[in-house]
Amino acid sequence: MFDNYRDVDERYVTDTTLVDVEGLHFSRGENDIFRGVDLRIPKGKITAVMGPSGTGKTTLLKLIGGQLVPDAGRVCIDGEDVHGLSRRALFRMRRRMGMLFQSGALFSDLSVFENVAFPLRVHTDLPEAMVRDIVLMKLQAVGLRGARNLSPAELSGGMARRVALARAVALDPELVLYDEPFVGQDPISMGVLVQLIKTVNQALGLTAVIVSHDIKETLSIADYVYIIADGQVMAHGTPQTLDVNRDARVKQFVHGEPDGPVPFHYPAPDFYRDILATKGERP
Amino acid sequence: MKRSKMMEFGVGLFVLAGILGMVFLGLRVSGISLGVPQDTFTLQANFANIGGLKSGSRVAMAGVTIGRVSDVALDTEWLDARVTMELDEDLEGKISRDSTASILTSGLLGEQYVGLSVGGDPEMLEEGDTIRDTQQALVLEQLIQQFVSNMTSD
Amino acid sequence: MIRPIASLGRGTLEALSALGRASMFLAQSAVGIPSREGWHLWLRQMHFIGVMSLAIVLVSGLFIGMVLGLQGYTILVGFGAEDALGQMVALSLLRELAPVVAALLFAGRAGSALTAEIGLMKATEQLTSMEMIGIDPLRRIVAPRLWAGFISMPLLTVGFSVVGIWGGYLVGVQWLGVFDGSYWSNMQSSVAFVDDILNGMLKSVVFGLVVTWIAVFQGYDLIPTSEGISRATTRTVVYSSLAVLGLDFVLTALMFGELG
Repeated sequence: MFDNYRDVDERYVTDTTLVDVEGLHFSRGENDIFRGVDLRIPKGKITAVMGPSGTGKTTLLKLIGGQLVPDAGRVCIDGEDVHGLSRRALFRMRRRMGMLFQSGALFSDLSVFENVAFPLRVHTDLPEAMVRDIVLMKLQAVGLRGARNLSPAELSGGMARRVALARAVALDPELVLYDEPFVGQDPISMGVLVQLIKTVNQALGLTAVIVSHDIKETLSIADYVYIIADGQVMAHGTPQTLDVNRDARVKQFVHGEPDGPVPFHYPAPDFYRDILATKGERP
Repeated sequence: MKRSKMMEFGVGLFVLAGILGMVFLGLRVSGISLGVPQDTFTLQANFANIGGLKSGSRVAMAGVTIGRVSDVALDTEWLDARVTMELDEDLEGKISRDSTASILTSGLLGEQYVGLSVGGDPEMLEEGDTIRDTQQALVLEQLIQQFVSNMTSD
Repeated sequence: MIRPIASLGRGTLEALSALGRASMFLAQSAVGIPSREGWHLWLRQMHFIGVMSLAIVLVSGLFIGMVLGLQGYTILVGFGAEDALGQMVALSLLRELAPVVAALLFAGRAGSALTAEIGLMKATEQLTSMEMIGIDPLRRIVAPRLWAGFISMPLLTVGFSVVGIWGGYLVGVQWLGVFDGSYWSNMQSSVAFVDDILNGMLKSVVFGLVVTWIAVFQGYDLIPTSEGISRATTRTVVYSSLAVLGLDFVLTALMFGELG
């Protein structure tokens, strides 16, 4: 169905691929979450992975980060199969990745400064003065240098996410994974985050994967978009091509229409019969 | 920094209190003495029956504790119980050869212990010697049996 | 007919797999022996788990000792044996009450807090993000807590015993008039250091390990929602109380079973 897109986009994508996901299958219990997902994340670009809630977007990030193991298929980062690595090699690979979690996931027992310093202290033997310089630089970039002595509990949701962003890029990773970075943010901090992700990406020349269902914000910064539904890639392309996609499901998602191929109603018996049912017939 | 010093102090105090508590339990509650283990004077005695006597039981003379039972074993030669006692060193050479060792009970239902009573022999027991004159533990069932058979024979 | 048997089978399999996960978890975290750099993490947990539980343990110990003094006196005075009060108070505390009650209080005070804390870390993705940064949360989060609980428990038990014996002394000697000398001397002649005190300590070491293990595992293994956290907290208290009481019987049978 989407073959025509593939021909066009293949050239766009293949120049340099950092993350290559092939035929990914994953299930949790009885639920098939992915049934053969193929993705190519180009180097130095912002790639968005979108889809309705509950399609396993966060799971996809965990598969890329090597925290979950797929039932079938491969995830290659820079040519290395993530799930074929030894534990030690995996941890070494994770030094080249940063991840921004939905909730920020700041360590509640450490101050803002120590949170950002944490990856540096764990992975490097830099002298204290250098650690301080790097941390202040990263905090300056997200505009929270003044908040370095606060504890995570004292931060607002948007601030916590900005600190988490500073922590995610503390080691200057090649790949940053953003898990729902815009969810539950007020318009101002949303704007700040969108701007930050974009500038950080350009300044550090890193590759970003954004998982989100906030269409407007995501499409405004993404270079390339994958839409996932029903465990498969439903559509992919640049934001412009998706905007004019005529497929009903893509249209419903991209334009946020309440009813369409994805029904508004949870499956139920006919409404009038249900309403008129006597007590005895109720399930 | 100040807070972490306080914490260190608190934890240190906690551990110290635990150690002091353990020392208190050892000294005051179980009554072990920290002094150098005293030199002891070992005697042995064979009993036909030791009843409930066990290693660690008291050895007393005139009601005063003078040592402990260190070992109870079966003498395979005589097929009776061989009890080894460790007594205060001061008593070495002061217990006469014809002294009696008997197994007594403190109170009606109390613990059993070894009671030594001194004889008149001028020769004294030496380290490792065996007391010849012993009296076995009173076994309640045997007493009753004796009593009953005496009654019937009358 | 088939359904109950099938659900029995499923229950057994689930219990076995939880036990397996819990054992793996213990084995993996126990290797995180407090190192020099991890020292402050361990210290912090000693403070949180041990020092903060001290007050409740000591107050309970005092009351239990006082009650033992009072009850023991009224029973013993009937046999004219009130001189044996010290022996009774000390033996019941050292062998049974101090390790068991201190462990139960510890499960309620520190165990539930540990579960909730680790559960919250899991719910807010702190554990996952730690893993992504390349640090094993078992070593950084779980191991210091496990070791702190393991070390705190015997110390708390010693405190409980000492305060309890003193409480029995207050009631028996100071209030009811048992002779001071016989309270202590009877105690000393009947309490054996190895058999009674060390065995009691051994119990508390086992309880400390089991309670902390249950608490951190429940926190680590829970479903990361607010309902999951509250359920896991309840489970920690229930499971660890049952484990303490059951193990107490087993340990008592092993330690004191042949006496008598």
